[in-house]
Formats: sequence, C-alpha cells, structure tokens
Amino acid sequence: MPGALQLILGVILAWLALGLAGVFYPRNLYLVSRVLFPAGALGALALAAAALSALGGVTQSVVLPLGLPELPFHLRLDALSAFFLLLLGTVTAGISVFAAGYFRQGEGTAPGLQCLYYHVFIASMALVLLADDAYAFMVFWETMALSSYFLVTSDHAKAEIRRAGFLYILIAHIGAIGILLCFGLLHGTGDYTFDTMRAVQLAPLWATIAFALALFGFGAKAGMLPLHVWLPEAHPAAPSPVSALMSAVMLKTAIYGLLRVLFDLLHTQVWWWGVVILVLGLATALYGVVFSAVQTDMKRLLAYSSIENIGFILIGVGLTVTFQAYGMRALAALALTATLYHCINHAYFKSLLFLATGSVLHATHERALGKLGGLIHRMPWVAWLALIGTLAIAGLPPLNGFVSEWLLLQAFLFTPNLPQPYLNMLIPVAAAAVALAAALAGYVMVKFYGVVFLGQPREPSLATARDAGIWERIGLVWLAGGCLGLGLAPVWVIGVIDSVSGQLLGKTLGASATGWMFLTPISPDRASYAPLLFLLVILGVWALTWLAVRRFYHGQMHRAPPWDCGFEAQTARMQDTAEGFGQPIRQVFEPFFRMQRELPTPLDAKPRYRVSVEDHLWYWLYLPIVKFTQTISRVVTLLQRGRISVYLTYSFVTLLVLLLFVR
Amino acid sequence: MHLPLTSQIINLLAALLLLLSFSMLTQRRILSLINLFALQGLTLTLAILVVAWSTGQHHLYYSAALTFVLKVLVLPGVLHRLIRKLNVKWDVETLINIPTTMLVGIALVILAFNVALPISQLAGTIAKSTLGIALACVLLAFLTMITRSKAVPQVIGFLAMENGLVFAATSATYGMPMVVEFGIALDVMVGMVILGVFFFQIRERFESLDIRHLEKMKDE
Repeated sequence: MPGALQLILGVILAWLALGLAGVFYPRNLYLVSRVLFPAGALGALALAAAALSALGGVTQSVVLPLGLPELPFHLRLDALSAFFLLLLGTVTAGISVFAAGYFRQGEGTAPGLQCLYYHVFIASMALVLLADDAYAFMVFWETMALSSYFLVTSDHAKAEIRRAGFLYILIAHIGAIGILLCFGLLHGTGDYTFDTMRAVQLAPLWATIAFALALFGFGAKAGMLPLHVWLPEAHPAAPSPVSALMSAVMLKTAIYGLLRVLFDLLHTQVWWWGVVILVLGLATALYGVVFSAVQTDMKRLLAYSSIENIGFILIGVGLTVTFQAYGMRALAALALTATLYHCINHAYFKSLLFLATGSVLHATHERALGKLGGLIHRMPWVAWLALIGTLAIAGLPPLNGFVSEWLLLQAFLFTPNLPQPYLNMLIPVAAAAVALAAALAGYVMVKFYGVVFLGQPREPSLATARDAGIWERIGLVWLAGGCLGLGLAPVWVIGVIDSVSGQLLGKTLGASATGWMFLTPISPDRASYAPLLFLLVILGVWALTWLAVRRFYHGQMHRAPPWDCGFEAQTARMQDTAEGFGQPIRQVFEPFFRMQRELPTPLDAKPRYRVSVEDHLWYWLYLPIVKFTQTISRVVTLLQRGRISVYLTYSFVTLLVLLLFVR
Repeated sequence: MHLPLTSQIINLLAALLLLLSFSMLTQRRILSLINLFALQGLTLTLAILVVAWSTGQHHLYYSAALTFVLKVLVLPGVLHRLIRKLNVKWDVETLINIPTTMLVGIALVILAFNVALPISQLAGTIAKSTLGIALACVLLAFLTMITRSKAVPQVIGFLAMENGLVFAATSATYGMPMVVEFGIALDVMVGMVILGVFFFQIRERFESLDIRHLEKMKDE
C-alpha cells in the first residue's frame, strides 16, 4: 500500500507524461481535448483524495534522486501542504474538464503545446507545495512562473499580450529574488533544507529582514499592493482556464509560501509584522474592489476582484500573526481558519467566474461589458451557474463566500483588549474597512452579472450566442457544486482546516463542539451560524411566496405591454451601462484613480463619450523606476564608444591606477 | 660606481630596449615598425643570453632560443607577408600627434621607475636594476596600441608588450618557469593567427584596415 506522498508523486508524473503526449501530437485537438485533459482531471481528483487522506495523518517525507550532486530535492507532505494540495486538486479537476472543451485550433499556441504548459504548470505548483528545501522550492517556483508565462502569452501575435506577459515575468522574477534572499537569511550556516531553517534561531533584526523579504517576494506573486500591476494585465491576456488556474491556485501558492515562512520556518512572530500585513491587506482589498467597480472589461474586473480577495486573505494572515505573537492562540486559530477558508472559497468562485467569462467569450467573441447583455436567455447554463459564483463572491449566505467573511469579521469583533492601545483603535477601523470592501464587492458583482447576463442584448450579434458545450458545463457544475458544498458544510471544512491550525499554531478551532449543524467559532451564546437552517428558511419563504402568488393572483393576471416611460421605442442602448453603473463609485473614490474624460458637447451631432481610468501607482512608482533604470543605462552606455583605442585606454588607465595603488 | 662587465652589458641592452620602444612609439611606417619589432626581439634575445651566461641558468638558454625564433624570425616574417598581402606598407596616422605621445611616454617611464623601485630592491638578481625599464617597455607598448588607428600596428604593439613582459620576468626572477613561457609563446602564435584572419575579414567587410570603421558596429 503506497503512501499518500507516493500517490501524489505518481499523479505529478502522470501529468508530465500527459503534457509530453501533447507535444508529440501538437495539432491533434481530438486527442488533447478528449483524452489528455480529462485524464489530467482524473489525476487531479486522485491527488485531492491522497491529500485529504494525508491531512489527519503523519507527516511523510522523501528525498528524490534528482537535482544537483550533494543537493537532492527534499519533499515533505504535512498538513499545510496537504490542505493546499487538496485545494489544487479539486479546483484543477474542474478547470481541466472545462479546458477539455475550451482549447480550440487556431487560437494562439497549438492545443498540444497548451496541454504541455498547462500540465507542467499544475505539476510545478503541486511540487512547490511539497518542496522541503529552498533549492527545490526555487526550482519549482521558477518552473511555475515560466510555464504560466507561456500560457499567458499563448496568443502572442498581439503586442499587448506580449507586453502583459513581460510585465508578469518581470515582477515574478523580482519577487523570486526576494524569496531567494529570504531563504538565504533563514538557512543560517547550515544546508538549505527546511529542517535546518526550522532549527536556526535568528536575531530579531535578521528575522525581521527575512520577514520583509518573504512578504515582498510572496506578495509580488499574490498581487499585494503595490506589486499588483501585473495581475490585471496578465489575467485578461491569458486563455480563460489559465486565468482561472492562476487566480484560483497560483495566487494561493504565494499565500502558502508566506504561511510556510511565517509560521513554520521562522521560529518567532513579532506583533507589528501582523500589523504591517494587515494594513497592506486592507489597502489591497480596498484598492482592488474600487478598481474592479470601474472596469469595463469583464476579465479585468475579475482580475481586480482577485486582488481584493488576496487583500482579505492577507488581512487574515496579519490578524493571525498578531494574535499568535500575543499568545492568543484561540483567536489566532480563528483568524487562520478564516484565512484558509477564504483561500479555498476564492479558488472555487473565482475559477467558476473566470471559466464563465471564457464561455461567454467563446460564444460572443466579446470581452467588453458594454457590448454584452441579456445572455441569460441565450446561455442559461452558464448564466445560472455563474449566478451561484456571483452570489458566493458577493458574500451572500448560504454560499461559501459568506462563511469565510463572517469568520474574518468574527475574528475582528471578538478581539479582546490587545496589549497595544493603538492596535485596539486600529482593529475596529480595519473591521469597518473590511465590511466596506465586502459590501463594495457585492456592488461589483451586481454590476458584473447584471450587465453581462441580464437586460437586453446590446449588440445584434449576441442573438447567435450559443450555450457552453458539455465539457464546459461539467467543469462549471463541479465548481458551482463546490461553492454550494463549502457554504453548506462549514463544520466539516473547518474540521479539515483544524489539522493545519494544529500544525502551525498548536491550537485548533474545534468548531464542531456543538454538533455538525451549527458553526460556533467562539461560544454558542456569542454567535453561531447554521447554513442548512438558513437554506431551509430561504426555501420555505420562497415556496410560501410562490404558493401565495399562485393562489391569490392566479387568474387575475393579464398581460399588457409594459409602461414605456413615454418613449415610443425602447432600445437596448437605453439600459444602464457598465460605465454608468460604476459612475457613483468613480465619483466617490475619485482620488484613487487617474481619470481622463472626454465629454461631448450638447450640440455634437455624433457624440462620443470616452473615459479612461488608470492606476496612480503606475505613474508614481513604476514609471519613475523605469526612468531611473533608463538613465542609468544611458550613463553606462557612454562608456561604450565602439572604438578599440578607447577600450584600450580604459584598461591602460586601470593598469596605471592599480600600479600606483599597489605601490 | 663599479659594476661587473655583464651587468654593464645588461644595462646597455636594457637602455637599447627602451630606446627601441620609444622609436616604435613614434614610427609612422608599418614596414619600419616591423623591423624595429624584430630588432627589439634581437636585443631581448641578447639580454637573456647575457643573463643566462652570467648566472648559469640553463633554462634561460631555451628561453633565449624561443624568443629568437619567435620574435625575430617567425613573427616579423608573418607580419611582412601580411602587409604585402594586405598592401598596407604606407604611413599610418596616429590618433595623437607624435610630440604629445613622446611626452606622455616620458611621463610613463618616470612612473614605471617609481613603481619598480621597491620591487627591484627586493629582488636579488643580477639584472634587478632594469626592472623599471622592463615595466616602461610594457607601458610604452600599450601606449603604442592605443595611439594607432590601424589594425596591424596595434597588433605589433601587442607583441611588443609581450617582449617587455619577458624582459621583466628575466630581470626580476631569471625568467618564468619553462611551462609558462611555452604557454605564452603558444598564445602569441595563436593570437597572431586569429588576428591575421581578422585582418582579412575586416578588410573584406570595410575595404580598409582602419578600425575606426568598427565604431559603426556599436549597438545604439
């Protein structure tokens, strides 16, 4: 009977084999979409099952006979890895099935090559989660970045996609430098295994520097402010299954890395580290949600929404660090549970929504919100399943988004007096900001769903849109089912998360104390939540209303043309647009944006309205860096005159100076 | 001050070397430059022979033979053939005018003597006082390389620099180990071959051996 780790390695090998099979038949769409991708999905399920079985069990480790001499790859499967592998496996299963129906001939890279990059990408993510020494971690981390770069630029004929890919790989590498330096600090004087790092006791200053480097490196991958700029470019550029995979799983590997360094490798936590993460997370969440409210491209909107969700997750991490540093273990466990819960929730609903946009994109060839609308009639499957994702991401009960946001707010609200007075003042403000961001997220989702699926079609070409195929439907149903299940069975999920909290914090939440029905994070008399009861009540109210309407209004209804507001003909152009819906937010949060507007005059015969919303940070932070780099390179180019005598003079002068100095 | 005869001869030869270096620095014609280079090689051979005879260091005889064959016979021959084939016997322009070059050269010699003073006090060899001259030869050859705009004089400057190095090694430590000396000789040969190929390539590309044409290849 092989162990769970062996099974997972087998799945990873199988994925690599599937990818290689795609290389040999790059143009064979039938093979790729009917055999390779579904097989990959089955592998993902097997991986998830193995990870689940390993969650409660003992830690397993193995040394692979790969890598450099004297420097083999160490792998280890503990509760934290297993939890993220569970996330990876279950979500990837849905995305792979969807991808089986998504990739087509003639869209950028050949399907076989896509299959290779895709499977290398998921295999490297799984290996990142398993790595147990810095060397293996960095190798897999970079493999992940490179394979996803090729996936992002699969439509590389377009200049803006190449640009997005470049930005992505640049920031990924800058982040990787941070991680590398962090490991360099952590390992002390021993070798590079994580076991050595666990044993090293760093001085507080060095531990803080290591923390800052880890936050920088993993933050760059996660899309933390101000390193987020690649995210809204790369996600829309990639094919939809890839955007889903990047947003759902790859961002979580960064969270995994941060948790691994903070709670496993560093032996200590300092309270203000938590405050730093908390503040950055708050900024990220607010920034992401405000920007996503004004987007007019559906994938960009979702990308900014990913930034917001990463902000929520970072807030949870920050709270956990602070509580843990003060020895409040029960609260730390609560915050960590909320964090991990939100990780898995975001993975499900964001991949569901990205895949839904993929289906819409294939059916309509349109990404701009201003040209969509009314698709619920044409694409009922996609529309109804996307509705589940939309409600989940908006944080409505009884779906999964509610549970984690509720837990996070509980962690805020039940904060007893912390020893720091300023912190006590900060926490309620932060809680209010979290609530604001969550509410705005609801607003954004109303905009997304309303503009894309409801109302009337804004373009005549939308009439020919066709619903998703069977493979895409299976993938969407799987993910939507996940959103429902995670929302309805929080006690079970928290039971799974408890083994992670037990490993990292030495304390579990133990939410199932009052039975499987009620979720009571602190104590039953403070707050509890019963999703099944909630669902039953909703269903009951709905059924009663339906019955009442049937009974009392039946037969009294008569159909008539709706009141047309005095307009003789209503066209689809009279609907609220994406710009119009986002306008109040744009007004309220005007200082956030760098806006350019062109308003037409009333006398204009062909009025055009144009507004562009850009990121201040790009101009304040990134362009100065670019300019600085260019200046430096220009100065350095002055050395290069292209004349041999000048080059000889350089060495001559160097020789003379050295002679004088050595004397 | 009374010096033994051998020492006086070595000093004379060293002075000759320095003089030849200066004349190479000021020489405009490529043909004469090659002849001066051969003459420098011959002087160097004689100097090594005298050192070898007076100290009884046998490996210095091999070193002298190697220098003679390579620097007096082979390389000047190759260079003569090259300029005949490339047809570049005429005058070459220096980048800086010759009086300025001379002044810079004098400054370099002063510098070289100053730098070499502490080292030659440490060395216990018969030719220790000539170390400054050897260093000056190296620097002057380097200056020759810098001030020429044509490819062939630059190569000659490079080879002359190697002459200076051998002389420095001889005067400071009675020559380098044989292996190193053979290695350097081989390097010079290979370098010569590669540079010869380059000469033809450059001329074919630009119709001239003026390396100022290479400036256009700079990446803007």
